[in-house]
Amino acid sequence: MKPANANHVFRALADPTRRAIFEELTRQGEQTVHALTRYAGVSQPAVSKHLTVLKRAKLVRHRRDGRETHYRAQPDALAPMVEWLRDYGAFWRDRFDRLESLLERMD
Amino acid sequence: MSNPATLVVERVFPHPQEKLWRALTESPFLAQWLMNNDFVPVIGRKFQFRSEPVQNWDGVINCEVLVVDPLKQLSYTWSSMGLDFVVLWTLTPAETGTHLRMEQSGFGPDQQQAYGGAKYGWQRFFDGLDKALDGGTR
Repeated sequence: MKPANANHVFRALADPTRRAIFEELTRQGEQTVHALTRYAGVSQPAVSKHLTVLKRAKLVRHRRDGRETHYRAQPDALAPMVEWLRDYGAFWRDRFDRLESLLERMD
Repeated sequence: MSNPATLVVERVFPHPQEKLWRALTESPFLAQWLMNNDFVPVIGRKFQFRSEPVQNWDGVINCEVLVVDPLKQLSYTWSSMGLDFVVLWTLTPAETGTHLRMEQSGFGPDQQQAYGGAKYGWQRFFDGLDKALDGGTR
């Protein structure tokens, strides 16, 4: 269990709007801030704030094109979370084994 | 939006529900298979699981009891190293004993929506990532 590595990814995706934005980007590919604002149904400054958090967690990348900023998902950044889930999965399966042998001993 | 950080582990144990419930809720039993603890099955009660610290983990899990539905359901928060999760145990009778389901989900408030919710988008995502990781250099 190494939650520290996964921490920033979990935190970034803890917010439902950020999760929606991230999922929209993985589904639709590159999007402008304007398009994401229409999709998310919140103000543009709010979307920009969410994008900044996602960017810090390396879950999205951006590029400037004139006055528009385009964002793109970086699904590889989910890897620490996937590893975390895998580690915890192994932990629980091990504990289930221990529970099984305890149940044998109990009356 | 579904919750991507949900982990489910389940198994059928050839024992009655009552016995499993005791193993899940009596502190000395819990210590034998899960971790040392000061658990009391009372809603709102705060408690800790403690194990030997290892690298990158202090071995402490802070919890609060959320659900105590005798023989059927037990749930508590699970917070460690600044990450908050909810652990939900569900016991159902099975032909050969008791089916035990452990669900650990993240992101707090909307974890209830994720319960039994549409996880396919993220699942597909993770499947792809898993393959990518497996095919990698690790």
